[in-house]
Amino acid sequence: MRVAVAGICGVVFGAGLAVSGMTNPAKVLGFLDVFGVWDPTLACVMGAALLLSAAGFALARRRPRPWLAESFSIPTRRDFDPQLVAGAILFGVGWGLVGLCPGPALANLFRGSVEIDVFVGAMLLGALSHRLATRQRSAAAPDVAS
Amino acid sequence: MPTEFTPFWGLLGGALIGLASAGLLLATGKIAGISGILGRSLFPVSGDLAWRLAFLLGLPLGSWIATRANSDALGFEITHRPAVLLLAGVLVGFGTQLGNGCTSGHGVCGIARGSRRSIVATVLFMTTAALTVVLVRHGLGVR
Repeated sequence: MRVAVAGICGVVFGAGLAVSGMTNPAKVLGFLDVFGVWDPTLACVMGAALLLSAAGFALARRRPRPWLAESFSIPTRRDFDPQLVAGAILFGVGWGLVGLCPGPALANLFRGSVEIDVFVGAMLLGALSHRLATRQRSAAAPDVAS
Repeated sequence: MPTEFTPFWGLLGGALIGLASAGLLLATGKIAGISGILGRSLFPVSGDLAWRLAFLLGLPLGSWIATRANSDALGFEITHRPAVLLLAGVLVGFGTQLGNGCTSGHGVCGIARGSRRSIVATVLFMTTAALTVVLVRHGLGVR
């Protein structure tokens, strides 16, 4: 059941990326290129996503536990470490070069684009190299975006 | 190369993304951060892999369904050389693991729950990405 719900959420998320045009790297670059022919669509996407996501967190705060799991896995870290800063900067450079972040890159996988395959392969390689370097440390850490 | 501002589709797609994030949180207790879900599926803790793979596989499936249903979502343009794709892919993969999140984990879920770490990360990667685009398109003349 938990796996099925996660799959459905993935489908809805992927559909949202495509419907909003965020699976088109040219559209993302059009947002980032503030001195070009600016396309503010990405701001609408983030605004709407933030609103509903925030509603989800507000609901979650009133519940003792999720419907299908023992507890919420919400990050608790509050410190600013050099890794957070360096990671965000490296990610920003890569994002700006091509206009793909992890979600849209994966959402484009069934498109049959060699460019997407190359990018996703390299992205997995980059993620894998970081995981290999910090494997012991991260095993017991909480999930994502901490 | 320039794309058209499409606020309606942006808001609709964004709402679906937010709905999926809220759904995943309320049902499974998990944050819908793509880089985190992906990164932790590489060396998964026992019993923690199936939901990650289901979510990750749902992304291209949902995107594929949406492009069938709505031709406005069919726009797709990527013209970069393989070397640039490789470099950018490695930077995105490594950077999001090092910084614990990407556009979804920090940009949507993190800011939605008021995390100061996520606000700082989002401002940093947005600024760096915009600077990169401006440099590549208007400064260096390479692509």
